[in-house]
Amino acid sequence: MAEQRVVVVGGGLAGLACAMNLAAEGTAVDLVSLVPVKRSHSVCAQGGINSVNDVTRQQGDSEWKHFDDSVYGGDFLQHQPPVKEMCDWAPRIIDLLDRLGVTFNRSPEGYRDQRRFGGTLYKRTAFAGATTGQQLLYALDDQVRRWEADGLVNKYEYHDFLGPVLDGNGVCRGAVIQNLFTMEIRALPAKAVVLGTGGNGLIFGRSTMSTICTGSAAARAFRAGVKYANGEFMQVHPTAIPGTDKLRLMSESARGEGGRVWVPRKPQDPRDPREIPAGERYYFLEERYPTYGNLVPRDIATREIFDVCVNLGLSVEQERLCVYLDVTELPAETQHKLDGILEIYEKFQGVDPRVTPMKIFPAIHYSMGGLWADYAKNEATGGLIEGHPRNQQTNVPGLYAIGEADYQYHGANRLGANSLLSCIFAGLITAPAVMNYFKGVKGEPPAKLLEDAVKAEKKRGDDFAKCGGKENPRQIHAELGDVMTRNVTVVRYNKPLEETLEKIDELEDRFRNIGCPDGGSWTNQTVTFIRALSDMLMMARVITRGALMRDECRGAHYKPDFEIPGPKSDDPAELHQQAEAWCRAFQERNDKWLKTTIAEHNGGEPSFSLEDVDTSLIPPRPRTYGLKGAEIIEKVWKDMQKKRAAQPAGV
Amino acid sequence: MAEDVVIHIQRRDNPDSGGYRQTFRVPYEDGMNITTVLQRIAARPITDEGEQTTPVAYDACCLEEVCGACTMRINGRVRQACSALVENLLKDEPEITLEPMTKFPVVRDLLVDRSRLFTALRRGKAWVEVDGYWDRGPGPLTLPADQEDAYPLSRCMSCGCCLEACPQYNDKDDFLGPHAISQIVLYNTIPAGKGIADQRLDALTAPGGIAACGNAQNCVKVCPKDIPLTTSIAKAGRDATIHAIRRWFSR
Repeated sequence: MAEQRVVVVGGGLAGLACAMNLAAEGTAVDLVSLVPVKRSHSVCAQGGINSVNDVTRQQGDSEWKHFDDSVYGGDFLQHQPPVKEMCDWAPRIIDLLDRLGVTFNRSPEGYRDQRRFGGTLYKRTAFAGATTGQQLLYALDDQVRRWEADGLVNKYEYHDFLGPVLDGNGVCRGAVIQNLFTMEIRALPAKAVVLGTGGNGLIFGRSTMSTICTGSAAARAFRAGVKYANGEFMQVHPTAIPGTDKLRLMSESARGEGGRVWVPRKPQDPRDPREIPAGERYYFLEERYPTYGNLVPRDIATREIFDVCVNLGLSVEQERLCVYLDVTELPAETQHKLDGILEIYEKFQGVDPRVTPMKIFPAIHYSMGGLWADYAKNEATGGLIEGHPRNQQTNVPGLYAIGEADYQYHGANRLGANSLLSCIFAGLITAPAVMNYFKGVKGEPPAKLLEDAVKAEKKRGDDFAKCGGKENPRQIHAELGDVMTRNVTVVRYNKPLEETLEKIDELEDRFRNIGCPDGGSWTNQTVTFIRALSDMLMMARVITRGALMRDECRGAHYKPDFEIPGPKSDDPAELHQQAEAWCRAFQERNDKWLKTTIAEHNGGEPSFSLEDVDTSLIPPRPRTYGLKGAEIIEKVWKDMQKKRAAQPAGV
Repeated sequence: MAEDVVIHIQRRDNPDSGGYRQTFRVPYEDGMNITTVLQRIAARPITDEGEQTTPVAYDACCLEEVCGACTMRINGRVRQACSALVENLLKDEPEITLEPMTKFPVVRDLLVDRSRLFTALRRGKAWVEVDGYWDRGPGPLTLPADQEDAYPLSRCMSCGCCLEACPQYNDKDDFLGPHAISQIVLYNTIPAGKGIADQRLDALTAPGGIAACGNAQNCVKVCPKDIPLTTSIAKAGRDATIHAIRRWFSR
């Protein structure tokens, strides 16, 4: 008897939220994951999850303001209806997590406590110590275990997703997976496949991501025909602990609880930081952004830290770029709320951050871009039509993308604590969408279709295992990470981007001459890595070409050569004129670039195009975050909009 | 410290083959941890004797001690490999030895199959049985002191260190294990979880439940997250006793 089965790939917050919601509605789920699902990368998230709540509402907050903060934070690059829906759902999502037993921090009366996070002036962020991702993931993991006990979820842990299976009409009918112990490859027939497979930071070598975050599942979907959007938008988190194997995240919540970023005014001041008096400390974020201070959004904080170290030469250390993140002045009970992350610093650096300021530097952290995913707009509310089969569906029917793996919600820059929200939101709403979709799917996929897909992947794996060339796959990966980190992160220039593409050409050439040090057919981690490496090379090219093509500054994508020079004159009249010129240039830039970069695989020669963005609910405006000196831009922009609104239509 | 690091690794090609030891020599790097050592070996899988070999298989994921993947025995002691800094290890022993956990079947080299650890969580019904995922408002109020008690238990990352150290945990016995007992206590403690507290206590009073704990107290000593496991076990013992007596009287 044919059963309605859905394959969910990825057991992070998005995948588990989707799986549990499907199971609760009686749909059987095959859950595929590289690692036991509670080890998914979501576990690394630290700071918290955003929603409007009873307290902030009384302080003047609203779901609309959360929505506005999110699209302003994203430099207006995201489609607005999904973001609106997400912000509207946020309070009920956190309530649900509360009911699932997440050990959120509490106020003295026992209500959920909130902290402030980047890019907003309200305390919207609910948290569990400084390890919130862990507690959220474990709550969902425990829910899915319940459905597993009831027979509705079948787990394929330690399995690699090798690709979707598409029939002759281009419809997704299943997934090819590989058991990473036995190396056996098989196909899972499915009514629909949902990919919640996370980000791709491993392309950059070192990042805050886990070793499984190669982005290979998304790459394999891309190869099969799914559009990849805004790949060039990679978030560089401002505060990470430098390290040889990983750049360990130091959560924004450290700043949310009052931590301060600073450098000594004297370059490479040799004194112990505790001996440096306040007057000799440059609290640069606070001085440059008086309103948002240390909680400016991440792309701005990252660029400021970069500027202070690279352009002003004020790095704390000579040999290694870093600035201070100081929580030493916080009261003990506040530091206690941050135990989970302070412990990480202490464990890996051997120094107690409660007593000595931490040394941190920006690191690749999150992929705003990802697989193209659709949505059905509700024209009445401006949000989404609940349960519509197009919600989160890619351009391949029957194939869905959710969580960090999709490109929605965050635009050009993600606000802190919005990702735990977007992942769970997308996971939850995709369950009814998928169920409504497969009502229209009749019959089983032909057995030969699945067999052929398995055969093709088996051959690919065997070919990799037999490789006897002289190139070392780990060496190629190291060089890829190195060039991407150097040329495609915080500051981008076109010439180094072109050189990066040439380097990727060279690495792909050398990849063809790769040697595999393990020809075995049992738990062959090397072959799995080589597969992922071929994916990473392909997506590195997509990211770099997207960055090369986009000649503007927007959110995390920063090209100084195309920066609109800010108004600087001391003469008020001239200043006003400069601001007008700035606003005009801003409008022109939006007309040209406020669009999604779309990449398509085309069987090997990727092509790029631009797609319009739905900004119908909140018109784009200059993104200044109260930068000192930017008031004139805001004033002039407001005047220009008033004039425009006053003009008769058609002018 | 410019010298090379000497590492002995207990290897096994597959579950049916014999074990063997290999020695590697890796240049030291500042801040190096054991997962980095294994990455370097994967990049250059040549033994100390100059023999070309295969990369060592191991489990790792987050590299920052929050996911529980990289559990192994390092110099005889069970711990996470990512937070085992070479510099500190070399203070005690001049050479480093890596071995897989002994309480779980070896898949290959340092990689073991810990699925039994997760099955125990199922037996304990360590979840909240909610009335579906529709919006029904927030969960119950929870006092900060109660959250402070529950939160440490919620940090359990199912790494298995406690099971490795526990003398009662082995493949001939059905003992739930300290991690599962602690998760039962967590869900029985938080207000949201009280609904099926009795069912969890049934699991505790069944064979392989709390009675199988021998009170060695090794678990709490090796837990990387400093979870007060023995406190959980003591509480579980008390609750299970009361539960058993109540059940007996209601027959």
